[in-house]
Amino acid sequence: MDVSAIIAALEKAVPGSGAEALASIDQPAILVPADRLSAVCGALRDDPALRFAALVDIVGVDNLPNEPRFEVNYSLVAVDVPSRLRVKVRVGGDSPRVPSVVGVWPSAGFLEREVWDLFGVVFEGHPDLRRLLTAEDWEGHPLRKDYPVQVDVPVAFEAPTQVTEEQFRETIRQDRRLRGAQD
Amino acid sequence: MAPDFEIPVLTTTVDKMAQWARRSSIWPVTLGLACCAIEMMSMAASRYDISRFGAEVFRASPRQADLMIVAGRLSRKMAPAVRRIYDQMPEPKWVISMGACASCGGVFDNYAIVQGCDQVLPVDVFVPGCPPRPEALLYGIISLQRKIDQQRAFGYARS
Repeated sequence: MDVSAIIAALEKAVPGSGAEALASIDQPAILVPADRLSAVCGALRDDPALRFAALVDIVGVDNLPNEPRFEVNYSLVAVDVPSRLRVKVRVGGDSPRVPSVVGVWPSAGFLEREVWDLFGVVFEGHPDLRRLLTAEDWEGHPLRKDYPVQVDVPVAFEAPTQVTEEQFRETIRQDRRLRGAQD
Repeated sequence: MAPDFEIPVLTTTVDKMAQWARRSSIWPVTLGLACCAIEMMSMAASRYDISRFGAEVFRASPRQADLMIVAGRLSRKMAPAVRRIYDQMPEPKWVISMGACASCGGVFDNYAIVQGCDQVLPVDVFVPGCPPRPEALLYGIISLQRKIDQQRAFGYARS
């Protein structure tokens, strides 16, 4: 699918979406304003001309000396008519906030947690924004360009993370709610 | 009047007897953190065959093991889990730090990797290499056996 056709279909589904085409060598790429992201993603999934059913990956980018500092890339795949799309959102460095797309693609749950963990981009509306790859008590966001390569912190090994039975049950309940299952 | 036959008896000390038994059947815990674990498995397999030295019984439960081979880089997030496995092993127990990453961080001189697993565990033998050949790890186990031979079985707590 051509990028101009995607933009046209998007403008028809979400008037004033603000989506613009970006130069790309491998697959169509569009830039979306952060405040329109939820509406645009809903249209990308549901519009009969688009039908991007799967969110494959979310990638964070840190362009430290430049503003806007952070960029979040969403890789989408349409299954009916096989095609791919890259959606980009750019946010500033002082308090990066992007609306969550968990409501559109449930697979975004883990991916947004990873990007928040490593880049510190807050996904507003994410039901469970916890650290994913680093330890629970980690300080900072390691993939930021201004994060040090080596940290002088003693290794914490005495108290492995423990959850109480109630916390464990609550996590399972929350997971079921997210997936729309009955308790 | 001396008898003209040898009495079929050996004398030794309880310490030596106990340490001989311990060093002759070291049971490692099944723990592989990275690519060093592949060499460790190779050492356990038929070509290198640590059963020649009585250490072939890799136990899946730390409760039945008395050697921990830290095979691979130890990340800060994994450190509490490894320490807990070590704490679950019954005394007496020994630790081999296998490879450059486990011993000093190796090429991973960064925030995520523990720069030497001796910050977390009391290590008895360091095996250098990246990764060490199975022969090198065999030599490490034989070195550990020599070390166990020189330890006391009773009388004082292991450091």
